[in-house]
Amino acid sequence: MAELRVETVERAVEKGNWQRFRESDFFYSFKRSPVAIVSFAVVCILVLSAVFAPLIAPTNPFDPASLNLMNGFTPPMEPNAFTGESFFMGTDDQGRDVFSTILYGMRISLFVGAAAVLFAMTLGIVLGLVSGYFGGWTETIIMRIADVQLTFPSILVAMLIFGIAKGFTPVEYRDQMAIWVLILAIGLSDWVQFARVVRGATLVEKRKEYVAAARLIGRSPWAIMVKHILPNALSPVLVIATISLALAIIAEATLSFLGVGAPPTQPSLGTLIRIGQGFLFSGEWWILFFPACTLLALALSVNLLGDWLRDALNPRLR
Amino acid sequence: MLAFIIRRVGQSILVLLIVGLVAFSMFRFIGDPIDNMLGQERTMEDVERLRAQLGLDQPFPVQYFRFLEGAVQGNFGVSYRQGRPVAEIILERAPATLELALVSGIFAVVLGIALGVFTAIRRQGIGANVIMAASLIGVSLPTFLIGILLIYLFSVELGWLPSFGRGQTVMIGENWSTGFLTESGLKALILPAITLGLYQMTLIMRLVRSEMLEVLRQDYIRFARARGLKDRAVYFRHALKNTMVPVVTVIGLQIGSIIAFAIITETVFQWPGVGLLFINAIQFVDIPVMAAYLMLISVMFVGINLIVDILYVFIDPRLRVDRAGAH
Repeated sequence: MAELRVETVERAVEKGNWQRFRESDFFYSFKRSPVAIVSFAVVCILVLSAVFAPLIAPTNPFDPASLNLMNGFTPPMEPNAFTGESFFMGTDDQGRDVFSTILYGMRISLFVGAAAVLFAMTLGIVLGLVSGYFGGWTETIIMRIADVQLTFPSILVAMLIFGIAKGFTPVEYRDQMAIWVLILAIGLSDWVQFARVVRGATLVEKRKEYVAAARLIGRSPWAIMVKHILPNALSPVLVIATISLALAIIAEATLSFLGVGAPPTQPSLGTLIRIGQGFLFSGEWWILFFPACTLLALALSVNLLGDWLRDALNPRLR
Repeated sequence: MLAFIIRRVGQSILVLLIVGLVAFSMFRFIGDPIDNMLGQERTMEDVERLRAQLGLDQPFPVQYFRFLEGAVQGNFGVSYRQGRPVAEIILERAPATLELALVSGIFAVVLGIALGVFTAIRRQGIGANVIMAASLIGVSLPTFLIGILLIYLFSVELGWLPSFGRGQTVMIGENWSTGFLTESGLKALILPAITLGLYQMTLIMRLVRSEMLEVLRQDYIRFARARGLKDRAVYFRHALKNTMVPVVTVIGLQIGSIIAFAIITETVFQWPGVGLLFINAIQFVDIPVMAAYLMLISVMFVGINLIVDILYVFIDPRLRVDRAGAH
């Protein structure tokens, strides 16, 4: 009898998860905000089309066999003068379909952005937890470094780290490693925010009784930090991660645009804009216009989503 | 007070020593400097002689100290790519960047304060709302896209302004080339200066606006109005003056950002300044130029922060009164 009751309770909870989400304040505020819905939809469409780029893209822009130089500089939605082929967003100087290069470029941009934020988040969380929980010298050193780094604009820090890391990579691997060096540079330029927020939350949480209780039953400091304190600090981290993602995508595009980011063999949106700028004067506007619009849509919608998330998760603003 | 200054100066020097260590490690561990200086045909004696001559056979701390000694005297070695002393190249390029930074700084401060006051006074007006909405778009556009947009509008479509370079320059004295004195030089300045200053302009505008709104709510403004002062006197002599402390701080801190973001603007407009030099140095892994830029920009940022921190105590009378009371 008792067993049966436990089972029903469990099933109720199981069944209730989706329902609980749909009845939550969080989902309610999402439903009520047109900005959040639209930007969420835009982000979903862009991310999905980047992930499934090989299926969606009409051509593979990195397969030389599929390219026809005769198709070069075809304006969007118009048939080419020589081959009669027509392209949705036109073609660039090498006859690559701009729509396809954008889909593939977005993959690189999103991958670098997401990986950099993940790296910055992990580093920031670990350093924030350690400095908040242990205090003393560790805290002084970590937070001093954070203070110093905050006085420099993060795009400059990313550039400097990229330059130094590129110098230390052996010449023959430089192009292959460029993407990873880029992730390292943007990630290292962006950990401070995470560390500060996590440290602040840790300082508050570690005084609470459940932490004392966990310590009494003999849990290790790492278990307390990761399993007990961290879950209570996650919602601001989530907000910062979203806004950081928008910043990281723009930082990546800026570095690639400047020619110190993604190599020409793996063009990201920034690289495409860099290529397109060269054709601005000769009237081939579409090579620049479409990648630039994609970058803007991506960065803006992630940013707006982050803004909404901040308001929705912040109980003080509710 | 003195203890605070000494502690802040000490911290700044420590930061610079660490940055110096990074710059020095780049020199020492990226490739072999001897390889970079001597060509393919060389004898072992040549190598040993040059190694001793450059002090590369000395222990690491001694070499580091020598590097710092050289850096303080402005000696960063020879550019791998151009084969000329780095200090010479940077001095040659510096006027372009400084003139650009100056013009965009003035643009940002003057227009930022004016628009900030305007949007605060006419808070409900259509003009103010349009400006606020436009500023939101301006903040979310990446700098390089703003530059490209301006080039497209004013150079490609309208053909009014040049899209790259500094135009004609005139030499003042030995080594200052200025674009201020020729028509083409002034024309070439406009687009890069707007691109570079736009972000700072919106920042200052929003700050002035929110500070003004804060101040205008206070009692002394009501009393000033009750005394029958004219609007202009209330807004500019009483209200604006009291928003200036945070505004001056932000302007001070933004000087560094303007120089840093000049890298992006200079690349978009092919402006022959220090930022473009740095980007090219990263592309070609020109270590001496990179190291010199790293040191320069760190000295600038650390210096600006130090000065702002110390000035803050002097500027804000409330801090001073507190301290006087405590003693």
